Amino acid sequence: MSAGSEVAQLPHAQEDPHGEVGHAEQGINTAMLGMLLFIGSEVMFFAGLFATYFNARSAAPQWPPEGMANIVTPDLFPIWIATITLVVSSFSMQLAVWRIRKGDRTGMNRALAVTLLLGAIFLGLQAYDYWHLLDHYGFGINSNIYGTLFYTMTGFHGAHVLGGVVGIAVILLRGMAGQFSARHHIAVEAVSVYWHFVDVVWIALFFVLYYLK
Amino acid sequence: MATTTLAPRARTYDRSRVYEWLTTTDHKKIGVLYISTAFLMFLVGGVYALLIRSELAIPGLQFLEFETYNQIFTLHGTVMIFLFVMPMWTGLANYIVPLQVGAADMAFPRINALSYWMIPLGALLLFSGYGLGGAANAGWTGYAPLSAREGIGIDLWVASLVLLGTSSILGAINFIATIFKMRAPGLTLMRMPLFVWNTLVTSVLLLFAVPVLTAGLVMLFIDRNYGGGFFDPALGGNPILWQHIFWFFGHPEVYILILPAFGVVSEVLPVFSRKPLFGYKAFVFATASIGALGFSVWAHHMFTTGAVYLPFFSFFTFLIAVPTGIKFFNWLATMWGGQIRLSTPMLFAMGFIALFLIGGLDGAFLAVVPFDFHVQDTYWVVSHLHYVLVAGSVFGIFAGLYYWFPKMFGRLLSEKLGKVHWALLFIGTNLAFFPQHLLGLDGMIRRIADYAPNPGWTELNFLSTVGAFMIGASTLVFMWNVFVTMRTPADAPDDPWDANTLEWATTSPPPPYNFDALPPVRSERPLFDLKYGAVEPRAAAYPAAAGETHEETRADAPEEVLGEPVEGHRDEEGEDRPEATPQVSEEAPDARPRETRPTRDEIPPPPEERR
Repeated sequence: MSAGSEVAQLPHAQEDPHGEVGHAEQGINTAMLGMLLFIGSEVMFFAGLFATYFNARSAAPQWPPEGMANIVTPDLFPIWIATITLVVSSFSMQLAVWRIRKGDRTGMNRALAVTLLLGAIFLGLQAYDYWHLLDHYGFGINSNIYGTLFYTMTGFHGAHVLGGVVGIAVILLRGMAGQFSARHHIAVEAVSVYWHFVDVVWIALFFVLYYLK
Repeated sequence: MATTTLAPRARTYDRSRVYEWLTTTDHKKIGVLYISTAFLMFLVGGVYALLIRSELAIPGLQFLEFETYNQIFTLHGTVMIFLFVMPMWTGLANYIVPLQVGAADMAFPRINALSYWMIPLGALLLFSGYGLGGAANAGWTGYAPLSAREGIGIDLWVASLVLLGTSSILGAINFIATIFKMRAPGLTLMRMPLFVWNTLVTSVLLLFAVPVLTAGLVMLFIDRNYGGGFFDPALGGNPILWQHIFWFFGHPEVYILILPAFGVVSEVLPVFSRKPLFGYKAFVFATASIGALGFSVWAHHMFTTGAVYLPFFSFFTFLIAVPTGIKFFNWLATMWGGQIRLSTPMLFAMGFIALFLIGGLDGAFLAVVPFDFHVQDTYWVVSHLHYVLVAGSVFGIFAGLYYWFPKMFGRLLSEKLGKVHWALLFIGTNLAFFPQHLLGLDGMIRRIADYAPNPGWTELNFLSTVGAFMIGASTLVFMWNVFVTMRTPADAPDDPWDANTLEWATTSPPPPYNFDALPPVRSERPLFDLKYGAVEPRAAAYPAAAGETHEETRADAPEEVLGEPVEGHRDEEGEDRPEATPQVSEEAPDARPRETRPTRDEIPPPPEERR
């Protein structure tokens, strides 16, 4: 192989002179890869819960169990509003990412604050839903397998929303300290992907628990 | 020790040794922490094993209560699997994988430290049952509804496993990110050392299997503490579901425990046979297909429940024997015609091949549904799982420890003591576990503290106990070996085994951040190429000096700059180098010939300002 002629055409200008020797930054960002892998493991965790749900459902003579048919219902308040809140928060989260990609720190902070607020509202509505079900129907985690599944699945989802809210609060504080820029904002991207994942899980839960007859 | 071709010059800075070890994020120190913790747990689990075998040496209750016995076999299994084998592999991979891929550290060093520190905490939770009203006693598989009974031990067991599982998931993310993002230039996926490949597949298995166990454990916890009905038929739940969830994790788990051993053996055999690995690609695809098939066989642990489709799970269980068989023949073909050196790592690797074959074959028996119905929950199963875990994982672990000990501590373990260790462990393993096959066929069930003096049972059990104590003695020999070796000066060469992969291209032990310069990687044996022929010595890269672009120096420059290992190559200055005279190296007849072999002196030292 005669390589001499090709040497002159090397793309010298594209090289980052401060790059770490041997680790050219190309392809997906390492932190983002870590977040995606973590979400992969979370998918398997929720898959375990969903599998349990369908296992119990298929084995039950009647679903929802007797006397439970009109308890978990998709009312406008609180559950549809909670769902809309979470879906809208996904859009505002994505807006924050788009703003910081353009270098607009103030815009990102505003969008993050809105997302944080919406996430907190969702948690409040979920808490109200729990209280309502317990107080009104006496429907608890120990009622039967239906109650166990309902509270475990929505509860673990709620815990993930709480985790997301904490994450958003952290990047909001960092954003207010001016730590992100158009080039360096991987934490915002990663939290955003996580928040979208939490949203998608809720949509799946919403249709399986409230609508699937 | 200036025996490496590319000795790094980085130095550490001073701080208190205790502070350093408690707060380190260096993958090598974390690896050593993992390995020492895991070895300590091996001793704890071993003491449990000896208690079990002492109790079973002769019929009748000797010195253990039934309840104590239940706790002991539960913790023996849990400790050995979750606190010995898994952290041990994570530790070895932590130390070796970044070195083998030519990285400075893991992708997420602080998460790496977090993953480690969850292990002692998990152990503490598990053992705290002793002080809080009895340790877990439902077996390491924790079958519901047995595990749904009262007792704080099982709650602590659940919490401990959730913690250890989280540690494993974080570790798996770290390994996958490291392997995908931090490889040295030229180290393509199909040039990765087999240990790295096996760690990658193991990590993928961990990532997808452990969360399912976590889900099952939290369900069990909810059932136990909040009146949930997941595994309670009275509330509409299903106890069999626990088995599905547990084994959906548990079967990938057995590959998590054994695949790294496959990796170690695939590293050791070529080095000590002085041959390249036979069928590298077949190994890679076999590893990947074992990983994939591992998710489709979980219900072969549940044949007798009557709740699973037997032909499906039986078929896929047999199918896994195919990639495993490919590996076996490739290992044999690697040794075939090689110049075999019977050093301790090689003995352990060969012992692994011989004994793991038995474990694989008696496992294939269990895939036969009618046979499985006969031996379900008998000592046949105990024998099988110990042949794959002791003769498989433990032999692999010791092969790896003897092989990489000089890299970690700069000292070669004593060969003489190593061979005594090997012989005792080899004989002890067979003596302890082979008689259990016969006991299982004869109908002796597992997890019992006492048994009837049926004809032959006493003798076979006694043999098994003798074997267990031989394994214990072999461990003492190993510890003595480490103790004696650590008192000698750290004078091991950097590449004592004349090995192939990048971890041997740095000093023993490696400095922080591992490498100043990496050899160009043009095959799966970069160091071998560097030593015996195929690549240019000047390809070694040094940090760029001011005014110099990285293309001229760094190892990931395009191959044109580095010089393709071909004859009649035209180098940068445009001058033709003379045709290389084909010269066959005596040490390595299969190395690609090159004009002269580079010595360290021939590599131009970096100018002072480059540091």
